[in-house]
Amino acid sequence: MKRAAQGMHFLLVFMAALVLAPLVLPEFYVTLLNYIGLYAIVALGLVMLTGVGGLTSFGQAAFVGLGAYTSAYLTTVHGVSPWLTLPAGLLVTAAVAVSLGLVTLRLSGHFLPLGTIAWGISLYYLFGNLAALGGHTGITGIPSLQLFDLELKSGREFFYLIWAVLLLIVLATRNLLDSREGRAIRALRGGSLMAEAMGVNTPRAKIVIFTVAALYASVSGWLYAHLQRFVNPTPFSLTQGIEYLFMAVVGGVAHVWGAIVGAGLITILKQWLQDWLPRLVGESGNFEVIVFGLLMIFVLQRARDGVWPIVMRWFPKPVARVIAHDSQPLARRSLPESGSLLLEVKDASKRFGGLVANDRVSFTVRAGEVMALIGPNGAGKSTMFNGISGVDPLSSGAVTFRGKRIESLLARDIARLGMSRTFQHVRLLAGMSVIENVAIGAHLRGRKSFVAAACRADRHEEARLLREAAVQIERCGLAEQMYEATGSLPLGRQRLVEIARALAADPCLLLLDEPAAGLRYLEKQALADLLRRLRAEGIGILLVEHDMDFVMGLADRVVVMEFGRKLAVGLPEEIQRNPAVVEAYLGGVE
Amino acid sequence: MNLQIALLLGQDGLTNGAIYALLALALVLVFAVTRVIFIPQGEFVAFGALTLASLQAGKLPGTIWLLLALGTLIAAIEGSLAMRRRQFRRIPVILLVNCGVPLLLAGGLAAISAATLPLPVQVLLALLLVVPLGPMIYRLAYQPVAEASVLVLLIVSVAVHVTLIGIGLLFFGAEGSRTPSFTDVSFEIGDTLLQGQTLLVVVASVVLIIVLYLFFERTLYGKALRATAMNRTGARLMGISGTLAGMLSFTLAASIGAFSGILISPITTIYYDSGFLIGLKGFVGAIIGGLASYPVAAAGAILVGLLESYSSFWASAFKEVIVFTLIIPVLLWRSLKARHVEEE
Repeated sequence: MKRAAQGMHFLLVFMAALVLAPLVLPEFYVTLLNYIGLYAIVALGLVMLTGVGGLTSFGQAAFVGLGAYTSAYLTTVHGVSPWLTLPAGLLVTAAVAVSLGLVTLRLSGHFLPLGTIAWGISLYYLFGNLAALGGHTGITGIPSLQLFDLELKSGREFFYLIWAVLLLIVLATRNLLDSREGRAIRALRGGSLMAEAMGVNTPRAKIVIFTVAALYASVSGWLYAHLQRFVNPTPFSLTQGIEYLFMAVVGGVAHVWGAIVGAGLITILKQWLQDWLPRLVGESGNFEVIVFGLLMIFVLQRARDGVWPIVMRWFPKPVARVIAHDSQPLARRSLPESGSLLLEVKDASKRFGGLVANDRVSFTVRAGEVMALIGPNGAGKSTMFNGISGVDPLSSGAVTFRGKRIESLLARDIARLGMSRTFQHVRLLAGMSVIENVAIGAHLRGRKSFVAAACRADRHEEARLLREAAVQIERCGLAEQMYEATGSLPLGRQRLVEIARALAADPCLLLLDEPAAGLRYLEKQALADLLRRLRAEGIGILLVEHDMDFVMGLADRVVVMEFGRKLAVGLPEEIQRNPAVVEAYLGGVE
Repeated sequence: MNLQIALLLGQDGLTNGAIYALLALALVLVFAVTRVIFIPQGEFVAFGALTLASLQAGKLPGTIWLLLALGTLIAAIEGSLAMRRRQFRRIPVILLVNCGVPLLLAGGLAAISAATLPLPVQVLLALLLVVPLGPMIYRLAYQPVAEASVLVLLIVSVAVHVTLIGIGLLFFGAEGSRTPSFTDVSFEIGDTLLQGQTLLVVVASVVLIIVLYLFFERTLYGKALRATAMNRTGARLMGISGTLAGMLSFTLAASIGAFSGILISPITTIYYDSGFLIGLKGFVGAIIGGLASYPVAAAGAILVGLLESYSSFWASAFKEVIVFTLIIPVLLWRSLKARHVEEE
């Protein structure tokens, strides 16, 4: 508690400094701080987009321009109140961002930034050439903001508005990232494959963060227009868009406060360089870009996390949140009756070009049974898992899950039906704590969305989700590591985290890909006990595993694959005596 | 618009399109081999053109200072690495390649007056000054982060681009340059005049594309690059160094860039920052090819050239808007073709 209080003290000192700043500082510094605030709002959007979501944009300046120009045009030409042009600007920005997101976000990650470069240039020339927007001279005579009786005419008055908006956005962003949707966004960096398998609609999550980042920029543009009282295309060029990204990266692209630090550093450095460099070179020009570019290359090579984590080393770490075990458990799915048919795979084939990885394989899994899928390396077991769970769809064949055909459904829709899986090569977010990783599994069991998360209306549900995650972690024997960074765990334990995550989804069919690999003897026994208990509850389990003692002691039935084909299916004892299986594993006797 | 104007615009579009096609090919190559989205490609165009212009004006091109500075920096890094590994015999070679050659070039330039040299020698000199910057920049900016994600490499690219723009302004100033035409020949076909320079650009581009094709099909280094593009790890296991492949692809990209700059400098005035837009138009072509297909990228780039030329006739103020907005339908089309969520 003491540490939390310390963090609170720093925040209070920071707030007090902000309140006092315009009263004591000379005009020049107030203006500088105003610009830092405006830039930080934009950089904050990039933190969410780049540092958290793993996407990026060079076109944020164009979104600032959309906000500024919408307000400038509507207030000067149509006499609309500035308080109405703010939502109008947001609407225009959202429309553009959503459509741009829709066309690029299904493609690989680099098409979005390339798209934003093109779009940034295109919009800049559009601003400069449309007569209605004043061409290259821009629009003048934009009215000032009026707050009740107070007219925000001077920079000192405006200062409070800018920094209040900035702090509000910081708060909303922090809240959002610390929520169910926030975890889904953070999962994007670990590859959309895992997130999709946990039921996250990744294209939607990407479009949402891209749009939110654009909206931040638009707000900054609106503030800018009414602070400056005139707009022209220059501050919305691609160069400025690139500078926003530099701010986020230099400050610390994965941290909300990094945006403010970065905006401050770059703005002050630019001011200083613009004073000195032309004197040094002997001619005028934007030579500061040389320093910025070199600085950026250096940061990316040597300190990719930016300045903020380096600053934070001097401060105590925040305390881990304690989970409220008394919150109400989540509603559970009604499981199918034990012994009923759960999964039917019929003639499943998967071809990679000329290679046939699965060749007309058929088998079934019933509720309340452990079905083991075994075979030598390269037999096509993991390919089969990917085909069933929709991660990498089959080329042909039928898969029926709880009476529903699923072979052409998306991974997230299959997850929604009650199938959950682990991955052979663990797919966890190394920097996040175990409990946060496991909570991603419970994604589909909550419904509170972005807006609710940003204004903390999701706390009741969030407590229930985290409680569920904690229960599954304890069940898998990981209680002591609950708040540790997942990447610091040994591989065997990471596999257990994967199982806990799959269980958090409340599945009726569990697909486990080599869960026992890397576990010690006692841990394996504990895992076998857990799987027996799950079976007794009526969950169906499909298991790929190489440890034959583990498999034979646990499985109710076994299906053997070799070279993509089904070799045999039967009870464990039958399989152990089957001559074809013995030959596949040990080689035939000539 | 009558037929004559249409033909004239077509000629213009084809000329620019040929240049964009060259750049698009270089971009696809660099991306395939190194996963770098080579935003600074355009700066090589500008540097090539402006270096030639400086030589012809009898000035010492600023690029030589950049060459010397980067060479010294690399020599320092490689030298200290060699010291630490106790490979003392490598040090003279490192110094000779990275400092000696640029110094020799600088000395040579100071001794003779480049303005009086014949045009082909001037072109050769300009290429010698600009092309080595490609592998040098790879070594300094990209190689330390070669294993990073495409996104990080892209941000490095943008940083390099911004730096080079500033350096370009420092060396060449804010005024643009235009070199004299390589040839004054012109042909009359029907009512239209076919400029020799235009023909030269198209022919040179085609020749260069054929040379590139032969390089990739027939030579060991070309095959090594193709192998790296197909499977980086596999190629490395076969003894193809990733660093060598990176340097080689950057050398090719720099050559193509500088050569393109030299080709168009008699047609349009080139400023220190003109390269960026030219390079980006190559990009639009490359994206039409999904950053993967060479022929589609080249065809896309020619389409960009034609679109630009015709839109400059109908809506000249919105020329750039039209060209860069083209990317949206292109991305939409590619997006509809992509069936599933792509994994990085």
